[in-house]
Amino acid sequence: MDFASFLIQVLNSLQYGLLLFLVASGLTLVFGIMGIINLAHGSFYMIGAYLAFVLTSATGSLVLAIALGIPLALIFGALLEWALFSHLYKRDHLEQVLLTYGLILIFEQLRSLLVGDDVHGVAIPAFLDASIQLTEVMSYPVYRLAISVVCIVLAVALYYVIQRTRLGMMIRAGNDDRSMVEALGININMIYRVVFALGVALAALAGMLAAPISSVFPNMGSHVLIISFVIVVIGGIGSVWGALVAALIVGFADTFGKVLLPEISGMIVYLVMAVVLLWRPEGILKKG
Amino acid sequence: MNVNASLIVKLIAVAAIACVPMSGESFYVELVAKMLLMAIFAMSLDLLVGFTGLVSFGHAAYFGIAAYSVALFTAKFGQMSLWVMLPAAILLSAAAALVIGIFVIRTKGIYFIMVTLAFAQMAYFVFHDTPLGGGSDGVYVDARPTAAIGSWVPFDLDNELHMFYFVLVMMLLVYLFLHRVLQSPFGRVLMGIKSNEHRMQSLGYFTFGYKLAAFTLAGALGGVAGFLYAVLFGFVTPELLSWHESGNVLLMVILGGMGNLAGAVLGAFAFEAMREFFADITKYWQLLMGGVIVALVLFLPGGLTAIPGRIKRALQGGGAK
Repeated sequence: MDFASFLIQVLNSLQYGLLLFLVASGLTLVFGIMGIINLAHGSFYMIGAYLAFVLTSATGSLVLAIALGIPLALIFGALLEWALFSHLYKRDHLEQVLLTYGLILIFEQLRSLLVGDDVHGVAIPAFLDASIQLTEVMSYPVYRLAISVVCIVLAVALYYVIQRTRLGMMIRAGNDDRSMVEALGININMIYRVVFALGVALAALAGMLAAPISSVFPNMGSHVLIISFVIVVIGGIGSVWGALVAALIVGFADTFGKVLLPEISGMIVYLVMAVVLLWRPEGILKKG
Repeated sequence: MNVNASLIVKLIAVAAIACVPMSGESFYVELVAKMLLMAIFAMSLDLLVGFTGLVSFGHAAYFGIAAYSVALFTAKFGQMSLWVMLPAAILLSAAAALVIGIFVIRTKGIYFIMVTLAFAQMAYFVFHDTPLGGGSDGVYVDARPTAAIGSWVPFDLDNELHMFYFVLVMMLLVYLFLHRVLQSPFGRVLMGIKSNEHRMQSLGYFTFGYKLAAFTLAGALGGVAGFLYAVLFGFVTPELLSWHESGNVLLMVILGGMGNLAGAVLGAFAFEAMREFFADITKYWQLLMGGVIVALVLFLPGGLTAIPGRIKRALQGGGAK
C-alpha cells in the first residue's frame, strides 16, 4: 500500500469512526445515565437520514435541511422520552429491550408508509462538492473531510458541556447516583429528557451527514445500531470518552479490515470486541 | 390454578394440537409445526432468561448453526440418517455455545446482553461472508434425513403427517426434559443464581460452571429447534442467525411470561399466530406487531400467563394482594 492510498484509508477510518461516535455517544449517555437499553437508537440515525432526504428535496439544500432537522429531532426525542421512555426507568433491561424492539418495527413501517422503500440519494452541498488531488489518480472528497471536522467540533463541544457546564455536572452526577442527585433538589427527570433528546439529535445528525455518502435506504439503522452497541461496550458503558476511543478503534479496524483481510471483514469488529472484553470485561474506560 | 387443573389444560392443548392434521390443510399443518419448533427454541432460551437470569440476545446463533449443519451435511454426504444427523447438529450447537459461553459468562447485566449479541453477529457473518455458508442467498436442503434403522423404517420424514408428529414429539420431549432438569438439584442451583448469585457463591457453589452448563444446554436445545426448522422448510439463510431472530425468540419468552416453560410455548404460539394474522389482514403488519409489543410492555408486565392471576385478583376485590 503506497502512502496516498494509506492516507485515504486513514481519513476514511477517521471519518467513519467519528460518525459512529455521534451515534454511540448518545447511546452510551442514555445507557449510563438513564440505565436504558435503547434498541431504537439506530432508528434515529435512519430517521435523520430520511429527514435529510425529505428536507433536502423540499428546501434544495442539505445545510438548510440539517438546520431544520436538528430542532425537529430534539423535539421528537423529548416527546418520545415523555411518552414512552420515562415509563421504563424502573423496569428491567428485558422490558426495555422489548419495547424499543417494538419501536423499531413501528418506525420502519412508518418510514415505509411515508417515504416508501426505495433507495434515495442526497446531493452533496455545492460548496463541498469537490475533491482534493493527492496524486495524479487519487483524490479525496472534501465532503468526507467536512464530516470529520463537524464531528470533531461536536466532540469538543460535548466535552465542554459535560465537563465544564452546570448541566454537564448534573449529567455526570446523575450518572453516578440518581437518588443522591434527586435528594439535592435537582430535577433529574428534566435532565433525563435533555440527555435523551440530545442523544436522538446526535444520532439523527449522524444520519443526515451520512445520507449523501451512504445514500438513504430501509433498515439502514440496524447495522449502525449493532456497531454502536459494540462501541459502547468496548468503551465502557456511560463513558463518552471511551465511546470516542472505541469508535475510532472500530473505524480503523473496519476500514483496514476491508482492505487487508476482506474475507473476514464482517467479523473483525466483533473480534476486536471479544479481545477487548477478555482483557477488560467492563470496557476500556469504565471507572472502578 | 392448582396443579391438576393446569395439567388438564396442558393435556387438552396437546390433544388439540395433535388433531390439527385432521383439518387436511397442509398450510396449517406446516404453520403449527413451525409453532412447535419455535416453542422448543423459546423454551431453550427461557432456561437462560427465565430460570438462570442470563438475558441472551444472541440465541439465534445456536438455532442457525444446527440448521446450517443440516444443510451442509446434506450437501456433502447426501441423504443422512436422522439418528446420526440430529445428534451431530445438536453437538455442534452445544460446542459453539460452550466455547462462546466461556467468553460471555464472565460478563454481567447489559454487557452480557451485548456480548451474546456480538458473538451471534460473528456467527452470522461466518455464514454470510465466508465460502462455508454459501453467502446471503442461503442453502437448500435437498433431502430430509431418513429415520431408517437398518431395514426397519419407524417413520418417514418426507411424509407431512410423520414430520408433524415428529416435531410434536420432540417438543414434548424437550418440555419434559427441561421440566425434569428444573426440578433437579442442578435446576434449583440455576434458580438460586437468578435470585442471588453472590449468596450461591458464598454457599460454595461454583456458579460459573453452572451458568456455563445452562448456556451450553440452552444452545443444544436451540440446536434441536434449528435442526427441525431446516428439515421442515428445506432451506436455510444467514437471516436465521440475525439479531432479529434473537429478538423474536426473546419476545416469545417475554410474551408468554418468563420462568415458565408452558409460558414459553404459549408465547411462541401467540407470536407466530400474531405474525400470520397481521400479515394476513394488512401489509402494515409490522406496525400492528410493534404496537402490540409496546402496549404489552407498558400495560402487561408478566406476560400472557400472568393474565389469569390478574383477573383473579381483580375479581377478589382488586389490590387485596
